[in-house]
Amino acid sequence: MANVRLSSISKIYSGDVHAVNDVSLEITDGEFIVLVGPSGCGKSTTLRMIAGLESITSGDIHIDDRKVNTLAAKDRDIAMVFQDYALYPHMNVEKNLSFGLLRRRRYPSRLRSIFSGVYRKNRAAEQQDIQDRIRRSADVLGLKDLLGRHPRELSGGQRQRVALGRAIVRDPSVFLLDEPLSNLDAKLRGEMRTELRRLHRQLGATMVHVTHDQEEAMTLGDRLLVMKDGVVQQCGPPAQLYEHPANRFVASFIGTPEMNFLEGLIEDGLMFKADGKVRIQLPKDRWPSLLVGQQVTLGIRPEHLELASDGDAMFTGEADVVEQLGDRTDVILANDHRRMTARIASGSGLGEGDSASLRADLSQAHLFSTDEGGRRIGTNPR
Amino acid sequence: MMSRWLGKSIAIVALAAGSLAMLFPLWWMFVISLESPQRAGAAAEGGGSIAIWPEEVHWSNYAEALRQIGTEPWQGFLDALSNSIVITVLVVVGTVLSSSLVGFAFARINFRGRGPLFILMLATMMLPAQVTMIPLFLVFRTMGWIDTILPLVVPAFFGSAFFIFMYRQFISQISESLIEAARIDGYGMFGIWWRIILPMCKPVTAITAIFTFIFVWNDFLGPLIYLHSDDQSTLALALNSFRNQYGGLENVHLLMAVSVVTMIPCVVLFFAAQRAFVEGIGSGAVKG
Repeated sequence: MANVRLSSISKIYSGDVHAVNDVSLEITDGEFIVLVGPSGCGKSTTLRMIAGLESITSGDIHIDDRKVNTLAAKDRDIAMVFQDYALYPHMNVEKNLSFGLLRRRRYPSRLRSIFSGVYRKNRAAEQQDIQDRIRRSADVLGLKDLLGRHPRELSGGQRQRVALGRAIVRDPSVFLLDEPLSNLDAKLRGEMRTELRRLHRQLGATMVHVTHDQEEAMTLGDRLLVMKDGVVQQCGPPAQLYEHPANRFVASFIGTPEMNFLEGLIEDGLMFKADGKVRIQLPKDRWPSLLVGQQVTLGIRPEHLELASDGDAMFTGEADVVEQLGDRTDVILANDHRRMTARIASGSGLGEGDSASLRADLSQAHLFSTDEGGRRIGTNPR
Repeated sequence: MMSRWLGKSIAIVALAAGSLAMLFPLWWMFVISLESPQRAGAAAEGGGSIAIWPEEVHWSNYAEALRQIGTEPWQGFLDALSNSIVITVLVVVGTVLSSSLVGFAFARINFRGRGPLFILMLATMMLPAQVTMIPLFLVFRTMGWIDTILPLVVPAFFGSAFFIFMYRQFISQISESLIEAARIDGYGMFGIWWRIILPMCKPVTAITAIFTFIFVWNDFLGPLIYLHSDDQSTLALALNSFRNQYGGLENVHLLMAVSVVTMIPCVVLFFAAQRAFVEGIGSGAVKG
């Protein structure tokens, strides 16, 4: 097991395309870290640079305090699980698992084992060790009955497990997972997520996982690194990203349904005013740096909105879409100026086309600057 | 319903007629190889009628024909057979290994000048063999390779443009992540080619092997140009010397017998590999 350190790494492709820009990250031993972001944000490129499949334009990568910038992928003691599994189609599961181990044998020569007794003994022990490792990882992943099958005879979930098994047998210091769950259907993805989590606990290994699915990232990661356009937006535990998003992008990316944003102006008496007759009295003391006349974006998550009577409502509209999710209901309210999504308790009796009003829990609201970065405006620590 | 039946029947009749037209010459060759010398000669000269079945079956024609190849009884046939086998096997192995290796490089390794080199290689396909025949002969003569199998075998180990193209197309379809996985597993480019790419290219390899086998086995011009001694002769060449030796048509039954023998390996190979062959044509063209 190992720690991984990225120091200001960048990847610039020909034509001045900055795929990854000055990313720094310290991954501690045994941590499960998730790189997350929309497609093209540089998360996969970052992972591939750690793997050694992609060269680094500038910066340093250390694995266990060893600089690996120019080290070949095979010498970095990492294992990678690919999005399309990358199982060798002409080998059965057992051969797929052993392929990497066979290459790393210290006593590979059958010829020498004929002439040297010591060599023969060592070779036999090594073969036994490989068999043991395959059996152990097959046990962990429930692959025992599949060892003789070829990849084409396996279901998506089974292939995924073989791909994981191929990483596990190697007992690497770092696991790199490149969107390993994105080819599975929703139910299986949920199951494999649980399994990955369990596996991580069981192996205590350092894992770096890449996904574009924020829900997957939230459930899996000890820490998340949110990226956009090759730049790190925020890094921290899931709860921190949810509760204290560093900027508007992170706020909109983390959480479903997406956060509602209202652009407006701060008026006298901390009154937030936006189009469509939205007037919200902001709580005192929460945003000490706020100035009258400042342009800000108010962000409020759907789950912090609730139905209200007209008196204390911040927004009134017609229910455009009502999605029943069982224990809760997602409602999209629309008026002439904007649409807002609210997550409310089921059983309100609200139907599509009905008029309704919303009230916000402003202690959970966020303010962001309206410039390009959309930085979050600091709140008083409570 | 009726029209579908009709369409199907017409198709079957047309295909049957086509097959018959294709197969009849082969069958007739076989029939003549079993005839008595007189009847065979008459049939070949057009004097006799076309027989669907031999009047008397002379299996001894085969032994007689093979015995008469070359100067020594039997020795000539055995020499020609072993020469044909050696040349064919070496050329097939060489073509498969070199073409797949080069195809892999063109498909998966980024190197300076890859595009122009690939075009250049394709351009060599447009060059008729007759154009390079004499320069090649001069080159091989300078190297002292005339009357050895080297001019026939060695070029195969330097790839064949058409098969390189086929391998490249097929390998381009193989997911990049497989190669990356193998790299992480510790294999270099040669290891990946040998252990991952080549086994996955079975359909292309089948086509390459069969086409090359049939072409080389039946090749007449190559051996005619480069091989002169009797003991270097191939079957295709022996077949020809046979005809010169017994010019005229009185021994046409023996010629047919040797032709049948020469044909057998190709027919057997085709039937044995038919599945891979048909699969390969499909998969090579459309998808990996």
